[in-house]
Amino acid sequence: MTTQAPTSGRSFFLRPQDMIGIALLALLLLVVLPLALDNFRLQFVGKYLTYAFVALGLVLCWGYAGILSLGQGVFFGLGGYCMAMYLKLEASSVENTRIQSTPGIPDFMDWNQITALPWFWEPFRHFGFTTLAVVAVPALFALILGFALFKRRVGGVYFAIITQALAAIMTILIVGQQGYTGGINGITDLRTLHGWDIRTDGAKTVLYFVCVGLLLACILLAYYVKSSKLGRLLVAMRDKEDRVRFSGYDVSSFKVFVFCLSAALSGIGGAMFTLQVGFMSPSFVGIVPSIEMVIYTAVGGRLSILGAIYGTLLVNWAKTSFSESFPELWLLGLGGLFIAVVLAFPNGIAGLWQVHVAPRLGPLFGGPARRAASPAVAEPLPVATPAVAE
Amino acid sequence: MFSDYSLAELSSIFLMQGFAGLILFSVFVLMALGLAIIFGQMGVINMAHGEFMILGAYVTYFTSQFFLNHLPSLFGIYFFVAMILAFLASGALGMATEWLMIRHLYKRPLDTLLATWGLSLILQQVYRSVFGPREVGVELPGWMMGSLPVTDVVEVQINGLFVMGLTIAITVAVALLMYRSSWGKQVRAVVQNRVMAGAVGINTEKVDRYTFGLGCGIAGVAGSAFTMIGSTGPTSGQLYIVDTFLVVVFGGAQSLLGTIASAFTISQAQSTLEFFLSGSMAKVLTLIGVVVILMLRPQGLFVIKVRR
Amino acid sequence: MNANVITDAMNKDFVLAVEGLTVSFDGFKAVNDLSFYVDENEIRVIIGPNGAGKTTVLDLICGRTKATAGSIRFKDRELTRMKEHEIVRAGVGRKFQNPSIYEDLTVFENLEISYPKGRTVMGALTFRRDGPVKERVQEVAETIFLADQLDQRAEYLSHGQKQWLEIGMLLIQDPELLMLDEPVAGMSVSERKKTAELLNRIIKDRSVIVIEHDMKFVEDIAHKVTVLHQGRILSEGPMAKVQADPKVVEVYLGH
Repeated sequence: MTTQAPTSGRSFFLRPQDMIGIALLALLLLVVLPLALDNFRLQFVGKYLTYAFVALGLVLCWGYAGILSLGQGVFFGLGGYCMAMYLKLEASSVENTRIQSTPGIPDFMDWNQITALPWFWEPFRHFGFTTLAVVAVPALFALILGFALFKRRVGGVYFAIITQALAAIMTILIVGQQGYTGGINGITDLRTLHGWDIRTDGAKTVLYFVCVGLLLACILLAYYVKSSKLGRLLVAMRDKEDRVRFSGYDVSSFKVFVFCLSAALSGIGGAMFTLQVGFMSPSFVGIVPSIEMVIYTAVGGRLSILGAIYGTLLVNWAKTSFSESFPELWLLGLGGLFIAVVLAFPNGIAGLWQVHVAPRLGPLFGGPARRAASPAVAEPLPVATPAVAE
Repeated sequence: MFSDYSLAELSSIFLMQGFAGLILFSVFVLMALGLAIIFGQMGVINMAHGEFMILGAYVTYFTSQFFLNHLPSLFGIYFFVAMILAFLASGALGMATEWLMIRHLYKRPLDTLLATWGLSLILQQVYRSVFGPREVGVELPGWMMGSLPVTDVVEVQINGLFVMGLTIAITVAVALLMYRSSWGKQVRAVVQNRVMAGAVGINTEKVDRYTFGLGCGIAGVAGSAFTMIGSTGPTSGQLYIVDTFLVVVFGGAQSLLGTIASAFTISQAQSTLEFFLSGSMAKVLTLIGVVVILMLRPQGLFVIKVRR
Repeated sequence: MNANVITDAMNKDFVLAVEGLTVSFDGFKAVNDLSFYVDENEIRVIIGPNGAGKTTVLDLICGRTKATAGSIRFKDRELTRMKEHEIVRAGVGRKFQNPSIYEDLTVFENLEISYPKGRTVMGALTFRRDGPVKERVQEVAETIFLADQLDQRAEYLSHGQKQWLEIGMLLIQDPELLMLDEPVAGMSVSERKKTAELLNRIIKDRSVIVIEHDMKFVEDIAHKVTVLHQGRILSEGPMAKVQADPKVVEVYLGH
C-alpha cells in the first residue's frame, strides 16, 4: 500500500463531507430559518449566532489545542464595546444631545459629570478604525496575555483560572468606571450606522444576513486552519507538547496564534451582537457568560466546527424557551447539561452524530469510510496536564 | 493619597483596615484550606466549592433557628453544634459528589471544572427553591456581640476576633491531620504516586473520597464561620470562588503555608486599597497584581524546585 | 584570551563538547562537573546505575533542563543559552524514554509534523504536502518498517512500533547529533533484534548518544562508553576497557 489515502483528497482544504455540512448549514441559516421564522424569532437566531463566533474560536482553542479559556466573554465584550462606542458617538451628535450640560458626548458621560470625550473614545469616530479595532483590540489583548502566559508555560487549569479572573476583573472595571464605560447598564440607545437606522425590522434582517455571511466566512477560515499543518500541530501539542517542542517548534507561538484567532473571532461576534441587539453591557463579559459560551462548544462537540454552531443554537434556543416558561428550571437544566456533557457525551452532538447517525448515511456524511483518516474525532478528551515550568 | 491624613489618623486607618483585612483573610483561609486540599492534593478543580460553603452557612442558620425556638437556654453554644453539623452536611455532600461525578474525571481536570460548575448552578437553584431567594442572617449569641477597644479610636468586633481564632484552630487541625496523622500520610502518598500507594495496600479510592469530603467539610465550616460576619444567600458562594482560586494558585497549590501567606497578602492588599480607592478599583488592582505576579512566577509563591 | 583560542581550536574536532556541566536541584547535584567530548560519526553509549544522571544529561543537552554551571558546545554553538526548538533546529534530535508520539494522528501525520519545513506559524499555515514531503515520509516509513501502516492512527501501534515511529520522527529531521534514551527498553526479543538492525542503519553519518542498559546491545554498537555514577564520570573508553575497570565493577556489583 502506498501513501495515497492520506494524501489524496487533501489537496483542497475541505473534504466532501465538510462541503456538504457547510452547504446544509448555509441552507438552514440563509433560507430555511428566514422563511420559517417571523422577524422577532429570526432576530433571536441572529443574536445566538453572534455567540457562535465565540464557540467557533473555542473549538480551535480548546478542542484542538487543549487551551481552555474561561475569559472568552472578555473578547466578545471588547469587540462589542468597540462597535458600541462607534455607534454611541454617532448617536451623540451635538444636535441629539443639546439638552446635556456638555453636548456632543455620550449621555452617560454627561450624567457622570464628565465634560470632554476621553482620549480613547476619540478614534472610534471613524468607522474604518472601529472595524479594525473589533478584530485587533481583542487579538492584541490575547497576544499580550498569551505571550506572558504561554512563554512561561502556564497552561491547563492554571490558564483557565487566570482567564476566569480576567473576566471578573473586566466586569468589575467596566461596572466601576461608569463615566467611561456606561457602567452596569452598558452602552445603550444605539441608533444608526452611517445614518442607516439599525433599529428597524428591515435593518435587522439585513444585519442577520450579514452576520450569517460573516459566520460562514469564519467557518471556512476555521476549516482552513484545522486542515493545515498548523491544525495537526495543535492536536499534536495537546497530546505530547514536549515532543512537538523537541521537533523544532516554538510551541508557545502556536498557542498564542490560536488564542489570538479565537479572541478575534469572539470580537467579531461581539460587534455583530451590538449591531443586532442595539446595546452592549458588562453582563456579556463576566465569568458566567464566558463559561456558558464554553458549554455551547461542549454541547456541540468540542472538536467539531459545525457542531459548535448547532450547539450554540440549541442551548440558546432551550434557554430562551425555558426562561420564558419556567425560569427556575433553566438553571437546573443548564447545570445538568454541564454535568451530562462531560460525563455522558464528551464529544457533544457531533460525537453522537459520528457514532449513531453518520454510519447509516455513508461516507459522504462522514460515515465509516473516513474513520481511519479522521484523527482526533473518535477519542479526543484532551488530558490537560497542569503545565507549569520546572 | 496620604496627604489628607495626619500620621496618627493614618496609623489608625491602617490598623482598622488591617483588622478588616484580617476578617477577609480568615474567610479566604477557611475557603482556601478546603480548596487547597482538593486542588492542591487531588488536582481537582471544584467550582462548586462556594456552594459547599453556603450549605454550611444554611445549616448554621437553621441550627440557630432551632436553638432559638426550642433550646433558648443553650443558645450561647449553638454555634459549636452548628459547626459540626455544617462539617458533616458539606462533607457528606462532598463525598456523594466524589462518588457520582469526580471519580470518573480524575484524568480530565478541565472537564471537572465544567462539571463542578454545573453542580454549582444546580445547588444555587436548589438553595433558591428550598431556602428562598432572600439573604438570611443568623442572630449572634450575646457574648459574641459588641467590640473591644484597642486604642481610643480603634475598636475590634468580638465576632471578628472569634472568627479569626476559629480560623487559627481549624488551620492547625488541618495541618496536624495532613502532616502528622497516618491518614494524612496516606493522602500524600496517593498524591505522589497513585499506583505505588495502591500497591502497598492503601485503598486509593477511599482516600480520594474522604479527602474530597474533608475539603468540602472544611468549606462547610467556613460557611458556618461566614454567618458570624455576613448574611447568606443562594449565590453568596459564587462571590468568593474566583478570589479563592487565585489565593490557592498564588500560594502554590500544594503548600498549606503558601495558601495562608497568599490569603494574607491578598486580603491585606485589598482591604488597605479599599480605604483609598473605590471598592471595585481596589479589587481590580489586587486581582491584576495577583495575575501579573502569577505571570512572572506561574508556579506560585511557595513551590519547591523538583527534578522532573 | 589565549586559553579561549586553544579551547575553541580543540572544540573544532568535536561535534559535542560538554565541559564542567553541573545542575543542582535544591542543592542536590544530579550532574556534577561533567566533561566529555563526542567525535564526528561517533557512537557513544552512556551507562550507569539508576539515578546516575543519564537522562538528566540528555535533558541538559537538548535544553529541557537548564544547567546551573558549565558549557555545552555543539559545532561551536553554545547550547546552554538556546531555547529547546533552536537546539533542535541546530541539529540535535532526541528520543524520549517512553515512546512519545501523537496518538491522535496517523503515522503519516506523525512523520509529516516532524519533517523540517513549515516550523513557524505562517509556515505551518501555508505548508503544502507536496511531492518531496510524501517521498521522504514514504522513505522513512520503509526504514522503520511502518510503510504499511501510514494511515493507521498511531495509538493502535504496538509498543515496539511506537518506538520505531519516534525514531522515524527523528530520522526525518536528519539531525547531526541523535540522542536515544533506552531505545530497546520494553521490547520483545524479535523487536529488539529488528531495532538493533534499524539503529545500525540510521546511526551512519551522524554522531549518536545512546543511553542503554542492555549490555549485549551496547557491545554491538558502542564506539566508546561513558559510565556515570552519582552525576560524575566513573570511567570512559572502549567497552572492553570499561568492563575491566574495577571501579565500574564495584558500582555495578558492589552494592
